[in-house]
Amino acid sequence: MEPFHTHSGIVAPIARANIDTDAIIPKQFLKRIERSGFGQFLFYDWRFTASGATIPDFLLNREPYNHATVLVAGPNFGCGSSREHAPWALLDFGFRVVIAPSYADIFFNNCFKNGVLPIVLPDAAITTLLTEAEQSPGFTVTVDLAAQTVQSASGHTYEFDIDPYRKMCLEGGLDDIGLTLQNEADISRYEQSAPFAVPHATR
Amino acid sequence: MSQPKTLIDKIWDAHVVRDQSGEPTLLYIDLHLVHEVTSPQAFEGLRLTSRTVRRPDLTYATVDHNIPTTDRSLPIKDPISKQQIDTLRANCAEFGVPLADVHSRDQGIVHVIGPELGLTLPGKTIVCGDSHTSTHGAFGALAFGIGTSEVEHVLATQCLLQQRPQTMEVYVHGEMPKGTTAKDLILGLISRFGTAFGTGYVVEYRGPAIAALSMEERMTVCNMSIEAGARAGLIAPDDKTYDYLRGRRFAPSGQDFEQAVERFRTLTTDPGATFDARVDFDAHTLVPQVTWGTSPGMGADVTGRVPNPDDFADPVMRRSAELALEYMGLKAGTPMQEIPIDRVFIGSCTNGRIEDLRAAAAVVADHKVAGHVKAMVVPGSHIVKEQAEKEGLDKIFLKAGFEWREPGCSMCLAMNPDILEPGERCASTSNRNFEGRQGRDGRTHLVSPAMAAAAAIAGHFVDVRHFA
Repeated sequence: MEPFHTHSGIVAPIARANIDTDAIIPKQFLKRIERSGFGQFLFYDWRFTASGATIPDFLLNREPYNHATVLVAGPNFGCGSSREHAPWALLDFGFRVVIAPSYADIFFNNCFKNGVLPIVLPDAAITTLLTEAEQSPGFTVTVDLAAQTVQSASGHTYEFDIDPYRKMCLEGGLDDIGLTLQNEADISRYEQSAPFAVPHATR
Repeated sequence: MSQPKTLIDKIWDAHVVRDQSGEPTLLYIDLHLVHEVTSPQAFEGLRLTSRTVRRPDLTYATVDHNIPTTDRSLPIKDPISKQQIDTLRANCAEFGVPLADVHSRDQGIVHVIGPELGLTLPGKTIVCGDSHTSTHGAFGALAFGIGTSEVEHVLATQCLLQQRPQTMEVYVHGEMPKGTTAKDLILGLISRFGTAFGTGYVVEYRGPAIAALSMEERMTVCNMSIEAGARAGLIAPDDKTYDYLRGRRFAPSGQDFEQAVERFRTLTTDPGATFDARVDFDAHTLVPQVTWGTSPGMGADVTGRVPNPDDFADPVMRRSAELALEYMGLKAGTPMQEIPIDRVFIGSCTNGRIEDLRAAAAVVADHKVAGHVKAMVVPGSHIVKEQAEKEGLDKIFLKAGFEWREPGCSMCLAMNPDILEPGERCASTSNRNFEGRQGRDGRTHLVSPAMAAAAAIAGHFVDVRHFA
């Protein structure tokens, strides 16, 4: 996973609540067995017609929003299916940051596993960012993870909270399986008792 | 006397492997369920790092999401679906994970077979790369959906790094009126409190209306916890739970089971324990539900009307309602019972169990599906299908004009060939009415099995309480 320190980029505003992971990456694209190459299918039904033609009105099909790397959206972003294909598609399209008033838990968690930073800002800040990005195509923000700030091109600075452990993993681009396996002794000790585990035959 | 604890805290505390300040808890996982869609990249990750599956004996796989529900003796036509199923088969063989394969009698939707096979037990931590893993909470297990990176983490370590969740009590007062179901209860809750009221929480459902539910009804409620934003929802085990589990294949047997029950009986929230939040809901007032929009919270009583977006104060919510009505092809103010339908889907991990099929069959008996409606029943598992056929339910559905299919997720998410055509409107017993969920430009209305069956016959939504 690529470490995250600072990021500057164009903002894509999608002023909708409850953007679900089916919208982010429709199920017909979940049949691949790789992690890569999902960006072409991001928001597929909003970007393309049933016959595959580009829908020119949709934001991410228009200059300069097609170069956006920061997505700003309404509350409960990423709700629905647990598919990690959603952050894979966002990342592969070029997004490193999502900013919304709230997220669904599984999506939020999946982002951190892939070096995508999901930032929570209050409704008022989101409304301002959505308006500015809609009115000024090419509007940019700069995210500083160490300082926990989002600075907008219009001069606003917004502070955000982040769990310190998640911050450390993002900054280091850390593989948490490797970290967990360092605690092998603890796991083995737990397995001696494991009061609710019921092993089944495997062969 | 130690501090009173909630059921959620008791299960959590019993699974802590390591707790260091400044780090998430390392939590042990008792059961890892695996399916073909969210696992290939996880197994590939193990191969790339030369890691193994730590506990194949606590891991169980099946195929459900994209297998066809038509004749299983025929080859799978979609080459990419076939590749995904073949990949799971190869991964299970390579890593020693047991698999209920396409032709196995144990195959079915992962959240149907877990309980049915007795893999799901009270007190267990259960995960799966699927958000509806919350279903297993009906047995007093802490069960939640995870992403593929976490699937890999559990395969490699049998543990997960987790922040301790906040706890929420959802207390359901009173008695559910005749003609309403567990599906109406959970849809009603989400419609009242929104699709995010459970975000950040694990929910314990409590109260007399919950205690009165059967195990299968409890599964329907816990299943849709995720649609309320909660990763997990659970219900304390009781005698119904033990009666359901006794004799199931992978459950402890004989004396071992009775000893386990003694331990399970401690799995209740202690008197005086406090939750971080509480929601109250009165079951008395419940009416059969139908959703009108593209989010499970966009629901109405069947006796109600499609709402007007102008009634929403918040601008983002108003815009979302406008877009939903446009997508759904509905006009504000239309009575729900005047909405005509084209398709009916009875099945899914929410409502694909034997009691669901019995409820639908009871409505269907001696009727015919409306001429313009195409209706299908997809049992949740082979075991459900066999039982239904033993009871003659298949005959009732077939005689009425329903299709009777092989088990799988089917049109709940339409990854297989069971899919809506653009513009088609479906009464569906599944869990999500998102744009495109059942097929591009398809229009999904979530309902209970009895309501879906009645709509199939009438050709439009009807109040099943007055349907004969």
